[in-house]
Amino acid sequence: MAIIVDENTRVLVQGITGHQGSFHTGEMIKFGANVVAGVTPGKGGQEVHGVPVYDTVEEAMEMEPNATMIAVPAPYVKDAAFEALYNGIKVLHILTEGVPFHDSMEIVSYAKTKGAVIVGPNGPGIASPFKAKVGIMPNSIFAEGFVGVASRSGTLTYEIVNALTQNNIGQSTVIGLGGDPIVGLSFVDVLHMFEQDEQTKAVVLVGEIGGTAEEDAAEYIKREVSKPVVAYIAGRTAPPGKRMGHAGAIITRGMGTAESKIRAFEEAGVPVAKFPTDVPNLLQNIL
Amino acid sequence: MKLYEYQAKEIFRQYGIPVPEGYVIDKVDDIKKHEESVVLKAQVLVGGRGKAGGIKIASGTDEAKKIASELLGAQIKGVRVKKLLIEKKLDIERELYLSIILDRRNKCPLLMFSEEGGVDIESVDEEKIIKLYIDPLIGIQGFMIRYLLKKCTLEQKKELGRIIKQLYRIFKEKDCELVEINPLVVDRDGKLWAADAKIIVDTDALYRHPEIEENVEESTDLEREAKKMGYALIELDGDIAVIANGAGLTMATLDAITHFGAKPRIFLDLGGTDDPEIVKNAFYLVKKSNPKAVLVNIFGGVTKCDTVAKGIVAALEEYPIDVPMIVRISGVHEDVGRKMLEARGVECHTTMLDAVKRCAEVVVKGGGK
Repeated sequence: MAIIVDENTRVLVQGITGHQGSFHTGEMIKFGANVVAGVTPGKGGQEVHGVPVYDTVEEAMEMEPNATMIAVPAPYVKDAAFEALYNGIKVLHILTEGVPFHDSMEIVSYAKTKGAVIVGPNGPGIASPFKAKVGIMPNSIFAEGFVGVASRSGTLTYEIVNALTQNNIGQSTVIGLGGDPIVGLSFVDVLHMFEQDEQTKAVVLVGEIGGTAEEDAAEYIKREVSKPVVAYIAGRTAPPGKRMGHAGAIITRGMGTAESKIRAFEEAGVPVAKFPTDVPNLLQNIL
Repeated sequence: MKLYEYQAKEIFRQYGIPVPEGYVIDKVDDIKKHEESVVLKAQVLVGGRGKAGGIKIASGTDEAKKIASELLGAQIKGVRVKKLLIEKKLDIERELYLSIILDRRNKCPLLMFSEEGGVDIESVDEEKIIKLYIDPLIGIQGFMIRYLLKKCTLEQKKELGRIIKQLYRIFKEKDCELVEINPLVVDRDGKLWAADAKIIVDTDALYRHPEIEENVEESTDLEREAKKMGYALIELDGDIAVIANGAGLTMATLDAITHFGAKPRIFLDLGGTDDPEIVKNAFYLVKKSNPKAVLVNIFGGVTKCDTVAKGIVAALEEYPIDVPMIVRISGVHEDVGRKMLEARGVECHTTMLDAVKRCAEVVVKGGGK
């Protein structure tokens, strides 16, 4: 099982001839993902790690991709995402940081009309060990298992997943939602999927300051989630009004503080780890 | 990024949203002759400017000059006033509220209108706010405005509808996170005026808005220098310069430092990189921040540990700092990285908690300079 991506996932890479695109194509293949095609306008006919490159997504569709990683510069992301959606691709991971959120809103809205899932922007993507990976998470941190992980952060996710693996707790699917104010999936969306997924027995949520995704998740957990959930929240000491690295990690008008999120989770019976590496202990306590 | 009121009003004017006649000054001599009352408004980005004494009314030229000389250079909530907006005083009959904000939860623009304006919208009863969720793919359509106007008692429905359309155009065309008119004034002649104007623009979209001038009020010199160099840096008031890779990990490191009784001096997110130069140059900023200790927290993935180690070793030569440095290095190529650092006498740890505890200890016990 796993969610969103699995052994049937056929990956396209948009921006495959770029620095990031080409390196991570190689890494995805090593992970066990089925990378079937790449796109870079004007570079059709080349190969990257043995993967055929096309000028357009329309042409690349002959390889029947059903997921794509978009690794193009921010000003071109909207066009690339629309192109993928227009051609019927149902899972899009947008790696790029710095996408204007007006573009992201349009992408998310168009994806909804197409019944497609957007992972990101500004996130490391999604991996179901070792069935499929669309994105850039380091291969070395994973083990296959029954914990689903969803996070608004990149490296912090690696840190936590790595700690899980070292404590012999494998993962069903690990998903980086993205650090922007507008991203395709919220914690609530992912909780719903993990709840339905047979492989997943417990869920780890890694949140941070800004927005209300964690508070919404806590409400949803109270009502709809039967599987145990643990959480970590970054930014307890972040000053208000400052954008803490991620465009979405900002406390505005007293909203989106770590305290509010931690309180919401605790009220929903979700234990919150003090340090990232405490997550495995918390999981072991409740399993 | 917030715009100053005068910048926001200039945009309003370009889009045909009525704003009171006015002009901006940065010295008292630039005040024009006024027979009637004028409003002097300090151009600062902090909220609650009126209550803090940043908005004054003058009955004529002489009083305007006197007030301007007091306001220019004064501090409003810790920010020095460099410019004043001088405006014709409106004859206020009613105050309304109108805004369009980015609704993160619903991933779309949210329009809010209330017939109770002039106060903080958070303090207005929910049932007195008319809300309209806008699909970004279709924008504002006529039927939405009809829905909204049907729910309000205002007489100037046509003009309100026009202002709403124009406000949405600004929201979209200028890549805004917020456009707010509070209060939207009805004067004694029944005319609508944007008495105040608030605009927040998406920083990530500034590349396509060369016409928007970047303000320097919301960031420090070091923060701006870092941004130009490509780093996310936040200045804080503590002692430890924190460098980590990834925003979440950097935040988590600050939290842990605070937990162990020390305080961070800077937040510096290296991001993902395979270039030792980027690591090295970060230390230029670290040195400039004048910390009492440096804590590097790297979990190697895309950013490999040996890349970071190479950068740190180079920085030891180019930007030597005479304070303790503690490095946590773990993940891809950690052994190679650790060996390179230890050969140069750099203290290395494998876990984040060990490194943070140790660094906090060094600072709290005064092991620094």
